Amino acid sequence: MQFKPYARSLAVALSLAVLAGCSSTGGSQEGSMDGTRSGNGSGVSSSGVSDGRTSGSGYGGTASGTSSTSGQQADGRIPQQRTIYFAFDSDRIRSEFEPVLAANARYLRENGNVRVVLQGHTDERGTREYNMALSERRARSVEQFLSVQGISPSQVEVVGYGEERPAARGQNDQAYAQNRRVVFDY
Amino acid sequence: MKSLMTAWLTATLLLVSQLAQANLTIEITRGNESATPIAVVPFAGNEALPDDVARVVHDDLERSGYFDPLPRRQMMDQPSSADEVRYANWKALDVRYLVVGSASREGNGYRLRFELMDVSGEKRMLGEVVTASGDDLRGAGHHISDQIFEAITGIRGAFSTRIAYVTSQGVGNNMQFALHVADADGHNSREVLGSPEPILSPAWSPDGRKLAYVSFETERPAIYVQELGSGKRARISSFEGINGAPAWSPDGRRLAMSLSKDGQPEIYVMDLGSRNLQRITNDAAIDTEPSWGPDGRSLVFTSDRSGGPQLYRHDLASGEQKRLTFTGGYNARGRFSPDGEALFLIHGSNKGFQVARQDLDSGRLVTLSQSGADESPSVAPNGTMVIFATQQGNSGVLGAVTADGRASFRLPSAQGDVREPAWSPFMN
Repeated sequence: MQFKPYARSLAVALSLAVLAGCSSTGGSQEGSMDGTRSGNGSGVSSSGVSDGRTSGSGYGGTASGTSSTSGQQADGRIPQQRTIYFAFDSDRIRSEFEPVLAANARYLRENGNVRVVLQGHTDERGTREYNMALSERRARSVEQFLSVQGISPSQVEVVGYGEERPAARGQNDQAYAQNRRVVFDY
Repeated sequence: MKSLMTAWLTATLLLVSQLAQANLTIEITRGNESATPIAVVPFAGNEALPDDVARVVHDDLERSGYFDPLPRRQMMDQPSSADEVRYANWKALDVRYLVVGSASREGNGYRLRFELMDVSGEKRMLGEVVTASGDDLRGAGHHISDQIFEAITGIRGAFSTRIAYVTSQGVGNNMQFALHVADADGHNSREVLGSPEPILSPAWSPDGRKLAYVSFETERPAIYVQELGSGKRARISSFEGINGAPAWSPDGRRLAMSLSKDGQPEIYVMDLGSRNLQRITNDAAIDTEPSWGPDGRSLVFTSDRSGGPQLYRHDLASGEQKRLTFTGGYNARGRFSPDGEALFLIHGSNKGFQVARQDLDSGRLVTLSQSGADESPSVAPNGTMVIFATQQGNSGVLGAVTADGRASFRLPSAQGDVREPAWSPFMN
């Protein structure tokens, strides 16, 4: 688990979602999600916890607060922020996530031999195959952004996972917001 | 009758080696108030056998929504043949139909005898001897339910059919997925495929012998066809991008699917013999979830070409495409009723996502399910019920509702999420 580097980062609330997306440890994922959530019970994420209805916008606010950190990272390491989030039934890249994409674009540009799989995901609402298509469209809109930034198409692959691999469980807006995402899988 | 038994024996052989481990249990969530009262008396001699056949029949008839079976404790007597029946006792209980019978071992299998009585007319409507080889007493019960259902309603029973469904456990990158096949009542489940990668969209071949499905086992989506008897499988579509939503043509020779190999997901029809593809849609929108009309002459599919997902019909002869749904901003995953007169679909509204039925003539749309988190409707081959995926607490479970929405039940699983149900065709 890469828990410590994340904990040190300023990106408290956003990193828990990244953790969930990238975690590969055994045991109860749901339990560890809850633990992470309460452990990071800062002002940033508590709005989402206390009121699921507003968590979507809470997420956006969190990201814009943290993105400068990842934006400044210019060494050869994989960017810490590798997940961006979307509105329901939308593939539009929200402006607060553009620095995250820019950091990943820079990493890909500076490391021409690195390949990335853009994994698109949706929340569980709506039908599965339509969500499969929607998730691929999200990943493609990120691919398009990278292409405009001059990233070679040979470095990028797109896979739509639909609603099949949720990062968070539960029928509430906070879980839905965490699940509508594109993950940079290096 | 003979062919029935042969088909049945085949089904039994398929099930012999399978341990029922992850069965789904039935919970009736909404009864039909106008259901017909019937009594299914415990079969004489059944105590010595491993399954209670009359209970299987009772549960089948209750689940159908057409019948309201009398609880056993209310029975005044328990006759086992027509000449033992005292009609006055059953009339006093307002029972319209009565099922009696007996069960015993015979050779390597069982011998079951049942009779169906019309209580008000005081006459025997049906009587049959059923022999079952192997250990499939439940299968024999479903066969009896089929006979009774058809004798009373005039509609072919679908109790001997099966369902396929997908289970999952875990979240994120730490998940386990499995494709299962079970009897229509959730019993006799067996795992067809297990994988750490997603499995979805199982679809039965029209002969009930194969399943097409989408598996991410290569970490990319691909469509596979698997024979249930032998377990033999083939990857039939693994283009770049989405390979999704397989749907068999009624003649079993073609598979409609959604492929994004050319950019946006488009509908294609693959000839399974030659593997040649025919492109059906060509636009900048999402086109997916194709379903064949029962006559094989048209496809219904989901497209967001108007801005949000709606259902469209493509006429295969003329190539004409026509929008079918106009109620609300989200209508997806249409499935034809077996008579081709209605579509079952997922309708999104401020109540969430519900199973709905739209009559094709009138265009009228009626929601059928209660929860707001429903998906994947699949229609019983006799058109009387729709099975779908829904939520109970934080778990995915299967639900079913009658085609008129009057009765419903759930099939929860002991572990994990259950979804993506696909109701088989008639097996014989």
